[in-house]
Amino acid sequence: MGNKSVATVVVNNPQGLHARPADLFVKCAMQYEAKIEIIKDSERFDGKSILDILALAAVQGTELAIEADGPDAEAALKALTSLFERGFAEEEDLSDREGSSGS
Amino acid sequence: MRKLHGIAVSPGVAIGEAMVMDQEGFRIPRRFVAQDAVEQELVRFNTAVESAAREIRRNRDTVSQELGAEYGAIFEAHMQMLHDPRLRAEIEDLIRQKHFSSEYAVSRSLRRYAKVFQSLESQHLAERANDIFDIEKRLLRHLLGVRREGLTQLTSPVLVLAHNLTPSETASLDRRYVLGFVTEVGGPGSHTAIVAEGMEIPAVVGTGPFLTDVSGGEMVIIDGHKGLVILQPDEDTLEQYRREAKEAEALQVSLQALRDLPAETADGVRVRLLGTIEFPHEVQQCTDRGCDGIGLYRTEFLYLGAQSEPTEEVHYDAYACVVRSMPGKPVVMRTLDLGADKMAHLPNPEDEHNPFLGLRSIRLALRNLPMFRTQLRAILRASVLGDVHVMFPMVSTIRELRQAKMVLADVMEDLEESGIEFRQIPVGMMVEVPSAVMMIDHFVREVDFVSIGTNDLVQYTLAVDRSNKDVAELYNPCDPAVLKLMQMTIQAANRQQIPVYVCGQMTSNPIYTMLLVGMGVRTLSVTPAAIPEIKRLIRAVTIAQCEEVAQRALAMEHARDIKTYLRDRVKHVLPEQVG
Repeated sequence: MGNKSVATVVVNNPQGLHARPADLFVKCAMQYEAKIEIIKDSERFDGKSILDILALAAVQGTELAIEADGPDAEAALKALTSLFERGFAEEEDLSDREGSSGS
Repeated sequence: MRKLHGIAVSPGVAIGEAMVMDQEGFRIPRRFVAQDAVEQELVRFNTAVESAAREIRRNRDTVSQELGAEYGAIFEAHMQMLHDPRLRAEIEDLIRQKHFSSEYAVSRSLRRYAKVFQSLESQHLAERANDIFDIEKRLLRHLLGVRREGLTQLTSPVLVLAHNLTPSETASLDRRYVLGFVTEVGGPGSHTAIVAEGMEIPAVVGTGPFLTDVSGGEMVIIDGHKGLVILQPDEDTLEQYRREAKEAEALQVSLQALRDLPAETADGVRVRLLGTIEFPHEVQQCTDRGCDGIGLYRTEFLYLGAQSEPTEEVHYDAYACVVRSMPGKPVVMRTLDLGADKMAHLPNPEDEHNPFLGLRSIRLALRNLPMFRTQLRAILRASVLGDVHVMFPMVSTIRELRQAKMVLADVMEDLEESGIEFRQIPVGMMVEVPSAVMMIDHFVREVDFVSIGTNDLVQYTLAVDRSNKDVAELYNPCDPAVLKLMQMTIQAANRQQIPVYVCGQMTSNPIYTMLLVGMGVRTLSVTPAAIPEIKRLIRAVTIAQCEEVAQRALAMEHARDIKTYLRDRVKHVLPEQVG
């Protein structure tokens, strides 16, 4: 506890935070132990739940805060914000990892 | 509580548990598992998730290979949704805490998410609801597996809620357990409407989309009088409807007393009150209520849903059953009144952009003579069993009538040559196209009776498709134009001294009874359920009263004024009538 960090990002994708970016976000978030939350207009959404992220309906230009809470919070935030900065550029290297997202 | 407005197609009130049928016809039962079976149910749920995941992975690989990785990505997202920790926790919680069955828990949770997505403003994101439905279907398929419960295996009474019901779906329903129908689309002419009427259970159609907001097993009220569907009703509403249902039942019992009394006006003029039926078993419902015969026997059910053309024996068995149950009373059989698009064994016509104006009814029969002759042979063979009448639907020209009569004469000749017995039966035509009314003086000289089909006459006169909810409002049986055409027909038939029947939904509604009798109609064909009510009304009025009503109504210019006036008159005569 006590290791909480927050960063602000803007959605740049023309389609907003749709299925594929949301999927990439969750996959990235899942790799960290920290609890990840996305905050939009003071409403909180679970960063490890694709359904929650889709439900927050972030269209292009939406400003979001990402909050990470846990031992690896810093690293998680860095990875997640970089996803936004790169506009969720197509990265084929993620396609072989589906096994890790299972429970 | 949520109220949906639709089109009332079959009266009555039904209160009960919802059975939701989606496009694939799945039924999502609200079921609970016993306390000690919860762990096992969780295993079952997780197994289904794993199977669904394997399937999604396979889909992703196939699609990625064939179309490229970017197309496979959608399945990547599906996989993520399937494994969503919040969703999993929610479903497992419903199973563990509330003891929901896996199917019900899956359906409840996913539909809740889908609803959230559907309410999003971004079109693109709102479409994600379809992904949710896709996952729901996939999970249900694995959960229900081979045990997938068919509609035929209902075990408790339900209200069937569906997008649309195909004839084969309605045919496969176990009718003992269906209390009512609601469909998102469709109109008064839809198959659901006809079946519900035949089953005498309430139905509302054309409500617009709502299925995603309701889960199987939830309490629903169908108000078939007002065309209302109430989802998740509150206690007060439930109480009110339960009371109404009880009162309606009491009224039905008192109407039963009329069974053996004739449909005779207060001043002693006999009106023939006949039943309109679709299925042979409905004859019983007519005799139970004391009717004077069958005024319209729709024979379409023999063709609907059948993969091949019904044989002469199939026709004959159905007809014989009806005619035998009506000894000494007329049975008017209408020949095939369907479009080619509704018949699986005929090729779909190419230019059928406008089925109501297309190849249907008598037109279709005259183009498919072997099929038409098969039906006519069966009708003629059944004629020796009772008082059979035959009637051709949708006649629009004299030529068509003559052709149809010629085919009938030809079939008679065949039967005679083969030594098969039949009787010379009265031949009639339906008057439901304005062109037939315009030429009615000629038609009445060539038939033994006419029957005004009000449903189609209204549709063709006012150029309105009553199954289209955007224009259904224009559909009005008491539009002055319609009444004028009916009056012309009645007068022409009376001058020629041939009987004129009236059938269609108009005749089953008590608000039109005085008008019709006042216009000179002495033969009405109504749905079995309406027989006692209409009979009671006829017995309460005099011809002079009816004639005055008709005269006043025919002088009015607006359908709405006419309807208000008619409703008022019925209230005056029978204050407790709802209409």
